[in-house]
Amino acid sequence: MTIQDIIKPENLVYTKSKILNDTPMHYCPGCSHGVVHKLIAEIIEEMGIQEDVIGVAPVGCAVFAYKYFDIDFQEAAHGRAPAVATAIKRLMPNKYVFSYQGDGDMAAIGTAETIHACNRGENIVMIYINNGIYGMTGGQMAPTTLEGMKTATCPYGRNTELNGYPLNITDLLSRLEGVRYVTRQSVHNSASVRKAKHAIKKGLENSMEGKGTSVIEVVSTCSSGWKMTPDQSNKWMVENMFPAYPMGDLKDL
Amino acid sequence: MSEEIKLMKGNEAIAHAAIRCGCDGYFGYPITPQSEIMETLMDEQPWKTTGMVVLQAESEVAAINMVYGGAGCGKKVMTSSSSPGISLKQEGISYIAGAEIPCLIVNVMRGGPGLGTIQASQADYFQAVKGGGHGDYKVIVLAPASVQEMADHTALGFDLAFKYLNPVMILADGIIGQMMEKVILPPFTPRFTDEEIKAKLPWATYGKPASRKPNVITSLELESIVMEQRNLKFQAKYRKIEENEVRFEEFECEDAEYMLVAFGTSARVCQRAVEIAREQGIKLGLIRPITLWPFPTKEIASYASKVKCFFSIEMNAGQMIEDVRLAVNGKAEVEYFGRLGGVVPSPDEVIEVVKAKLV
Repeated sequence: MTIQDIIKPENLVYTKSKILNDTPMHYCPGCSHGVVHKLIAEIIEEMGIQEDVIGVAPVGCAVFAYKYFDIDFQEAAHGRAPAVATAIKRLMPNKYVFSYQGDGDMAAIGTAETIHACNRGENIVMIYINNGIYGMTGGQMAPTTLEGMKTATCPYGRNTELNGYPLNITDLLSRLEGVRYVTRQSVHNSASVRKAKHAIKKGLENSMEGKGTSVIEVVSTCSSGWKMTPDQSNKWMVENMFPAYPMGDLKDL
Repeated sequence: MSEEIKLMKGNEAIAHAAIRCGCDGYFGYPITPQSEIMETLMDEQPWKTTGMVVLQAESEVAAINMVYGGAGCGKKVMTSSSSPGISLKQEGISYIAGAEIPCLIVNVMRGGPGLGTIQASQADYFQAVKGGGHGDYKVIVLAPASVQEMADHTALGFDLAFKYLNPVMILADGIIGQMMEKVILPPFTPRFTDEEIKAKLPWATYGKPASRKPNVITSLELESIVMEQRNLKFQAKYRKIEENEVRFEEFECEDAEYMLVAFGTSARVCQRAVEIAREQGIKLGLIRPITLWPFPTKEIASYASKVKCFFSIEMNAGQMIEDVRLAVNGKAEVEYFGRLGGVVPSPDEVIEVVKAKLV
């Protein structure tokens, strides 16, 4: 039997979504971004909404997210994705609009845009990658960096006297009237990947019902920033990130 | 109906004109002296008639980024603010220029720096005309001097924005925004339909059909050699705008031996000064740039050999005078006179400055 004999439709057990194009990703090995991208692409394909979805990319590691999807995209200024997504959805209410943001984008420079988009109950989906570090710029402290966690700008560990506390923005957002669905997920094993996919899909479906904002936090790894192997990162995340950012739904109306 | 003469404030004229121009969305944050723009829009409730979206944002920063999002979808969108708020919008304006998407920005200027004053000023000339945000870009700048022009420039601003895929700024001041005059509003133009956007704006992000590649709105390009090409394309566009879109008005210029150059409220003061000077036998004229960028450089230069002295009359410390000097290029004297911090010069003050230079 040759390889050509094996490559047949009936033998296909897995294939990349058509919504993901063939551009090589710039993400580091072990990074959660690639998995979340894959999930978004699969959901768009399964829902058949390629023609009706507009993504908004952040500044941060996912700044080039638009290079990997076969859908229309806008690249926002740092922190402004919720404002950009607000206008797109308001002007085209029959389209699915999602923002894809990191912790710096969502919870530091873009805090005002994040909170107010949620407070207005914009019918958008905010997909929020929280890895507790600024990956793109070389591993500096994020608003979500854990107490004692070392980064390039807190090399002796995050000191709450100097740097304040890890900001649990998802928790904050869940208390806003305009928000319909808030959940915290991860993608470090196949069970969690399935749950995360379900959550993102639910968020997109919600956005067409006019009942408010959906926020899907994905607690993520950053092997390069954390200076660990992918496997170490997954373990470290479970042991250290999960207690600070517990898994599960925070709000589901 | 559309030819009906109305009496209203300059700010109100912008709001009414925007609805009539088929504007799809206004995003703003209140600040004196231009809050009547959003107030009028909220009162008119255009979402019930034309379908225009009006949204009070959480900040000027959010508002300009909402404009970015809307513009990227091929929608006719605008924002308005006054000087401190316009400073906050500069990042967004740079992104809009870099992404080459159309929008209208209104700056009803007040005195600065900082929180400054709420009185009228022209101290944002440099910011509007020379860039404002980061990077090599240009914003088309229109300078209305009447309530009628506030309405006319709203229509013109959208036309130019879509013609060149570039941000356009209406640079008014607190007096033009607040004063009431008669105005004929532009005729009603329907908003773009989805089909028109798809047909005429092939770059817009309205959702990707299977038949085309994804549309991406971005100003990012890490390959410097590609970024240079993109910049050269911008510069070529700016040269085209400079060639085609200069607008200005001449008043008593033909035999002028002395020439005032002024825009907006200052130009109205100067027009009166010219009338008084002419009564006194002084051959004074006025050039009023209507586009501050592109600046009427050639037109001013054409008077340089005939005029003994130019006077740049501004409600700032002397900003436009630099462009007047570049136009005159040393062929005649160029003097500045202005008042600062929200004070308006009087025609008599202007005439005194001219008289001091009479030979």
